Amino acid sequence: MFAFIVRRIIQSILVMLVISFVGFSVQHSIGDPVRDMVGIRVSAADREALRDKLGLNDPFWIQYVRFLKNALHGDLGTSYFHSKPTMDVILSKAPATLELVFGSSIIILVFTFPLGIYSALKPRSWLSRFVMGASTVGVAVPVFLTAIALIYVFGVELNWLPAYGRGETVNVWGWDSGMLTLDGIKHLILPSVALSSIMLPLYIRLIRSEMMEVLETEYIKFAWAKGLHRSRIWFVHAFKNTLLPVVTVFGVEIGILFAFTLLTETVFQWQGMGFMFLEAVERSDTALLVAYLMVVGGMFVVINTLVDIVYGFINPMVRIAGAK
Amino acid sequence: MNAWQRFRSSYLLYSFKRDPVAVLSFSVFFFLVTVAFLAPVIAPYNPYDTTAFDILDGEIPPSWMEGGEKHFWLGTDIQGRDLYSTMLYGLRTSVIIGLGAVIFQSIVGIVIGMMSGYLGGRVDSFFMRVADIQFSIPYLIVAIIASAVFQLAFGVGRFEQLAMPLLILIIGMSEWPKYARTVRASVLGEKNKEYVEAARVIGLNSRLIMFRHILPNTMTPVLVISTIQVAQAVMSEAALSFLGLGMPITKPSLGSLINAGFEYVFSGSWWITFFPGLLLVIFTLVIILFGDWLRDVLNPKLYKG
Repeated sequence: MFAFIVRRIIQSILVMLVISFVGFSVQHSIGDPVRDMVGIRVSAADREALRDKLGLNDPFWIQYVRFLKNALHGDLGTSYFHSKPTMDVILSKAPATLELVFGSSIIILVFTFPLGIYSALKPRSWLSRFVMGASTVGVAVPVFLTAIALIYVFGVELNWLPAYGRGETVNVWGWDSGMLTLDGIKHLILPSVALSSIMLPLYIRLIRSEMMEVLETEYIKFAWAKGLHRSRIWFVHAFKNTLLPVVTVFGVEIGILFAFTLLTETVFQWQGMGFMFLEAVERSDTALLVAYLMVVGGMFVVINTLVDIVYGFINPMVRIAGAK
Repeated sequence: MNAWQRFRSSYLLYSFKRDPVAVLSFSVFFFLVTVAFLAPVIAPYNPYDTTAFDILDGEIPPSWMEGGEKHFWLGTDIQGRDLYSTMLYGLRTSVIIGLGAVIFQSIVGIVIGMMSGYLGGRVDSFFMRVADIQFSIPYLIVAIIASAVFQLAFGVGRFEQLAMPLLILIIGMSEWPKYARTVRASVLGEKNKEYVEAARVIGLNSRLIMFRHILPNTMTPVLVISTIQVAQAVMSEAALSFLGLGMPITKPSLGSLINAGFEYVFSGSWWITFFPGLLLVIFTLVIILFGDWLRDVLNPKLYKG
């Protein structure tokens, strides 16, 4: 087990190096820190002097090593639009995105398990048929259309829920939370529902098919033969074995959820990391873009490593398969 | 027996004809693709011709509504283009990008997967590590960041000129690992079979064995994932265009039409977003339904990845 963890961590460090190399290459080829710092009213000679001072005329590799060193100290450059270190900008936007992902994860967990299990147990009932039909259509509806429809119906026509922004936030130990005020929670509902709409259909189908597969196994047949009560068979014996693959997939799917926050945040003007990233692109804020790339890359590497290690604990076959 | 007769008596066609969902979804798909490619012939107006539309015609509602005009069937968009014609052209753009991206990613994926599976060793572990790395980051994030970088590198004007080939490249590159893994898995199953050994014994070179003998036998799973990939690529294109990182509004795709209309939905001009959105949903839905049917019929042991 120890060797497996070490191997997995070395692998993730290598991946991080590749990501940082890509990030640095982007910054090196399209970013211009001197322009970011001084604007256009500075003479060419002064610029050249500044370039020398900043070490921008050094060879590529020396600059890359410097970039890495700074990155390890948590310094990913300065955003020229915000005139703040990029890490600070990203960290100030992160709570919004995390709360959005959290909100839709809750919606997903609350809805998918009952619906998925029900449609596995009663595949012929009209509700199961409706759920399966709706989830087929749901896969084909892009998240931004769901979001626009939600705003149109609940935000504009019915005027039940606010459609833009985060509402009132409370600062708790440096974390701007919208989840502690009623107004903040109201603002969170529509974006979370929109974001969860991409995972709901897939997840209901996954839970249904896993459950149906488990119900066909020998030990369930044995449990029936033994005369156990059906609620015990369904919710204790079958459900437990449905859970394992579902939990593993959920770890990975959170990453995909995160990717789709970019679209959701755009529609709802949600002041999160995705919104910030698209603003950075519009403003040609290269430093912020590269910092975003590094932070997001790092996040996925950490999530994947953790999921793999946890899975290694649960399922020994993974440890053996990965070994050479 | 020639290929056509073999196809006519095949099990594939037999089960296709017996499945109404498959027939319906394929017919709709075929119809939409045909209409899309015939857009210059069918569409009453040309949205690329700036002299043909007038901004004063902007935001006219569909013809059956109050204030609608007869010659603009589905109304007009903000710039005064006939929405029906613009949607046809937009669908064509989306179809070209979707199919182009899938062709591109399947070629890259098949070549890499074939080499990894057949040659094994260092080649295999190198390409599969690269695929692992890319797989660990969702394809949409890869595509979004890549198009953002391209847009900054080329500048907005140049990016808009090159948007279509660039999107094919970006969406293709963000999805190749899926093909590489699928092909590799089935190559591993094929390469120890007797016909491959026989080919090797008579002294054929590896390239010939790989692409003439093994490749046709790995086509079934490739075909199955390709249908889903087309739907995926069309949706990725729509997502990128919606974010303003894809097709510009002067060369509309379904995604950029939705994006352009989005700001006007809440002031009442819902049709600019609604009709392209509906078309996009129908188009991806029929591809997904057809792909589901194809997977059930061919039922290859798909590599779960």
